[in-house]
Amino acid sequence: MAMRPIPVDAPAFFHRGPSPLARLAFFGLLSIALLFADTRYRYLEGIRQVAGAVLYPFQRAVEMPAEAVAWVGRYFADKAHLADENVELRQALTAQAPIAQAYPQLREENDRLKTLLDLQARYGNTGRAVEVLYTGRDPFTQKVFVNKGMQAGLAPGEAVLDDRGVVGQVTRVFPYMAEVTLVTDKDQAVPVKIERSGVRSVLFGNGTGRAPDLRFTAPSADVRVGDRLLTSGIDGTYPPNLPVAEVIDIERDTGKMFARIATRPLSGVDRSQYLLVLGQAAAAPARPEEPAESDVVKRGRGRGRRG
Amino acid sequence: MRAISDVVSFAPASPEEILRPPQPWFVLLTLLIALVANMAPASGVFMALRPDFLAVVLLYWCIQAPRYVGVGTAWFVGLVMDVADATLFGQHALAYAVLAFAADYFRRRVLRFPLWQQAVQVAVLLVATAGLVLVVRFIGGAPMPRWTYAAPPIVGALLWPLLSVLLQRPQRPRRRGDR
Repeated sequence: MAMRPIPVDAPAFFHRGPSPLARLAFFGLLSIALLFADTRYRYLEGIRQVAGAVLYPFQRAVEMPAEAVAWVGRYFADKAHLADENVELRQALTAQAPIAQAYPQLREENDRLKTLLDLQARYGNTGRAVEVLYTGRDPFTQKVFVNKGMQAGLAPGEAVLDDRGVVGQVTRVFPYMAEVTLVTDKDQAVPVKIERSGVRSVLFGNGTGRAPDLRFTAPSADVRVGDRLLTSGIDGTYPPNLPVAEVIDIERDTGKMFARIATRPLSGVDRSQYLLVLGQAAAAPARPEEPAESDVVKRGRGRGRRG
Repeated sequence: MRAISDVVSFAPASPEEILRPPQPWFVLLTLLIALVANMAPASGVFMALRPDFLAVVLLYWCIQAPRYVGVGTAWFVGLVMDVADATLFGQHALAYAVLAFAADYFRRRVLRFPLWQQAVQVAVLLVATAGLVLVVRFIGGAPMPRWTYAAPPIVGALLWPLLSVLLQRPQRPRRRGDR
């Protein structure tokens, strides 16, 4: 009787490859290398762009059911509600009419004054309305994604507002969408000034669920609870005089270098659905060279060696 | 009537039941659906409670089909999730690779337990993975998230019984003798 081969796979240890532990070590180290490359050097933005474009159709497909539900909801919106809203809007329109009528004249006057002062127009009518697609899933950051990207001319660094104030800044641009980092994101900085006193400071986000605070402000600075903070415009990213936040709490400890000033954003931040992206401010004149500082440093070191 | 009730019954497979190997396309399809579910827009409470569907499905296949889905696959899927989430590159990849490794360790015994006890063990795995991500991000300079950070892994574990039943259906042997 002829020996027939037994129909089984080759023993498992022949084709299973490296042990799970070896695989884990390999892929774990690879992940850590990636994490390091991404946090430290931002090498991987190109890959992210390509992969983001590939994933875009999926992301849109996922949103469709929600959009359909919202559309049906709108369609069946209560007629009485709409009528009420109409009346309200008419009243608001009438109330704003004088302002609206005065606007062309004001703009003309403003233009003339600007020309007189030889100031560059900081930003023109470059605002683009965008809609929030979804909130970032990452619980560690405060980001939203909006429905316009490279194809609409959005660029990283542009300021994002809603109807009440500054929401954040465009940080990444994909072909058909863009990522907006909100002012509440950790260490997201907005240069501000206090509307009442003109004191300049920088507003820093503190992460999810925590109030942004004004850092590097002396305990003696002229700040009061309820003060409104406007963008100061000195960074060239945010156009000046946009409302950002309101001071809600001040802790002055003279023993410390700076006061702790908690604020509340005036804009809807992560609740607004429609946002406005403002084009980059006109390039500010180049910052003057700072030879003095490096000289000081060198001199300081020299002295140190001598003394 | 008997046949219909047999087809639509959602009783989980008993540990003694030998499941057929899954079709590779089915594994791929379920992973894709989980990825899409992860990308679905949400806000408010849903956002805070939304589990990582992909992690749960991945864990299921790591346990049920270790030949198709292992540490390497999990790592790659994690990389895709990193792009979809715009998080740090390698964060989900590392988490899923560790999850797959832990699953390989757990796999031989976890299926002997009833589904709700499996869910408890899955909860431990998912919470540990979330903890790993927390450590990685904390080193990277991220702020501590709110306490709701612990909710998604728990919800994910609660989903385990349902997902197991759904995912094992195509692999259940057809019971010809039942007629």
